Amino acid sequence: MRKYYEFVVEGLIFISGIASIIFVLLIFIFLLKEGLMLFRQVGVFEFLFGEHWYPISEPPRLGILPLILGSLWVTFGATVISVPIGVACAIYIGEIAPGWLREILKAGVELLAAIPSIVLGFIGLVTLVPLVKKIFHLPTGLTALSGSIMLAFMAMPTIVSIMEDALNAVPRGYREGSVAMGATKWQTIRRIVLPSASSGIIAAVMLGIGRVIGETMAVMMITGNAAMIPKSFFQPVRTMTATIAAEMGETVQGSDHYFALFAIGIVLFAITFVVNLFADMSLHQKQARV
Amino acid sequence: MKLGNAKLEEKVVFFFLFLSTLMIVVPVVLVIAVIISRGSSVLNWEFLTAMPRSGMRAGGIFPAIVGTFYLVAGTLIFALPIGIFSAIYLSEYSKRNLLTRIIELAIVNLAGVPSVVYGLFGLGLFVVFLKFGASILAGSLTLAVMVLPVIITASREALQSVPKTFREVSYSLGATKWQTIRHAVLPHALPGILTGAILSLSRAAGETAPILFTVAAFYLPRLPKSVFDQAMALPYHLYVLSTQVPNVRLELQYGTALVLVGLIVGANLIAVVIRSYFRAKKQW
Repeated sequence: MRKYYEFVVEGLIFISGIASIIFVLLIFIFLLKEGLMLFRQVGVFEFLFGEHWYPISEPPRLGILPLILGSLWVTFGATVISVPIGVACAIYIGEIAPGWLREILKAGVELLAAIPSIVLGFIGLVTLVPLVKKIFHLPTGLTALSGSIMLAFMAMPTIVSIMEDALNAVPRGYREGSVAMGATKWQTIRRIVLPSASSGIIAAVMLGIGRVIGETMAVMMITGNAAMIPKSFFQPVRTMTATIAAEMGETVQGSDHYFALFAIGIVLFAITFVVNLFADMSLHQKQARV
Repeated sequence: MKLGNAKLEEKVVFFFLFLSTLMIVVPVVLVIAVIISRGSSVLNWEFLTAMPRSGMRAGGIFPAIVGTFYLVAGTLIFALPIGIFSAIYLSEYSKRNLLTRIIELAIVNLAGVPSVVYGLFGLGLFVVFLKFGASILAGSLTLAVMVLPVIITASREALQSVPKTFREVSYSLGATKWQTIRHAVLPHALPGILTGAILSLSRAAGETAPILFTVAAFYLPRLPKSVFDQAMALPYHLYVLSTQVPNVRLELQYGTALVLVGLIVGANLIAVVIRSYFRAKKQW
């Protein structure tokens, strides 16, 4: 009886153990199942590189190039802003700040990570958007720039916390050796600590970018959602994520538009898959070396 | 002279690093301060317990609070058992082999899948394929898959921090592997597991994109009666108020944001307290 009970429990444990694999596969299968239906009507090339996204015109034009470029522009802008600030913050918190200050600053960064994206989007909508409009004298503040600033803010907790872990993993002896040779603290950080933590820093940046590409609600609320090929940061853009979230509610199940939104999901899934894979590989590379 | 330069350089660099840190932390404090100061003006008993009125421009947010509560409860019911068992497998059973590596990659990936893609997945699998319709059940299942990596990672860490000797003593007394896990390992990992559960709870409460097409009701001035009903939810309600309904008083939106952030920050604080309480009590 006891043997039988244990057998059942251990079976459940094993099934739960591989549940993550099952769910990743299920997500992939169900995206493919609906998304691939689109390509009976529309060519892959036409879908990925079509310059016009008019899903409800007759006939519909389902080219997602403007959406891909919208995502790329906003992601690029957010990366340019968040990486230097995030890296600097991680260095300050991890290496320089005295103990009591470190705890306060860490709590602040963690608090940022805990605020839901819808709340940040709302605050961005009522504060950042009018500000951008006023400073740059634009007809609207709903622009790629506002989106980039907002997203940069949302990527920072990821970058800071993972990079700080990477800094912590650098053995104490490295720092002591450097200081003993007469190097200043900054020289030690720059020449010894940062190079030793480099793969962790790369992973932190990658995961931050992954967060930015996938972010949906805040970006939908403040980028203006115009599906045009972006020409400047002061224009409205529309990202892939925002398109899915904004339009899925209005599609007819089984229409080309419906399938196209799932196909965008496949593109997003593929991008984040690759980004996460790279991040994980660079983290593991570090483990293998130290 | 050279040393003086290095010292000066250090001072300048450290100042800029400090400035960068402030550029993150100060806005966070400002955001929280604005939400509290403007949200608290509408926060009263009626706001928390009344139905919305006049096309959501007046009244309370009670159904959204209840909906979020149901969703979070449903999420934990599905995600906790699978997550904890999965962590037990990884910590106690798995060997360093290819399967384990693939599981780890799958977890990393689940954690990185965009929230709106979870929404598509939930729509495809739970709403359409399994015919649950847009319902609390479909939404909870979708959110459960989303928070799974959070629970697994936290629980696995908690289990692995239980000293090896605990297991060895239990084996030496003749206990089986499952008895050992059940009585000598799990109880000591409980605080860590609880922390993970609370973190995933706050994540599930705050997400909007996964519930957009799987559960959320635009305006539903009554409480859901079964798990197959649609429901309102706090994050979606905030989205609707701030972008879909014209001429809503900003204060109502701040109030909704305050309730949502209050719930989540409150949950996180509880997690911190649990963690530090048990860390102080821990004897090994």
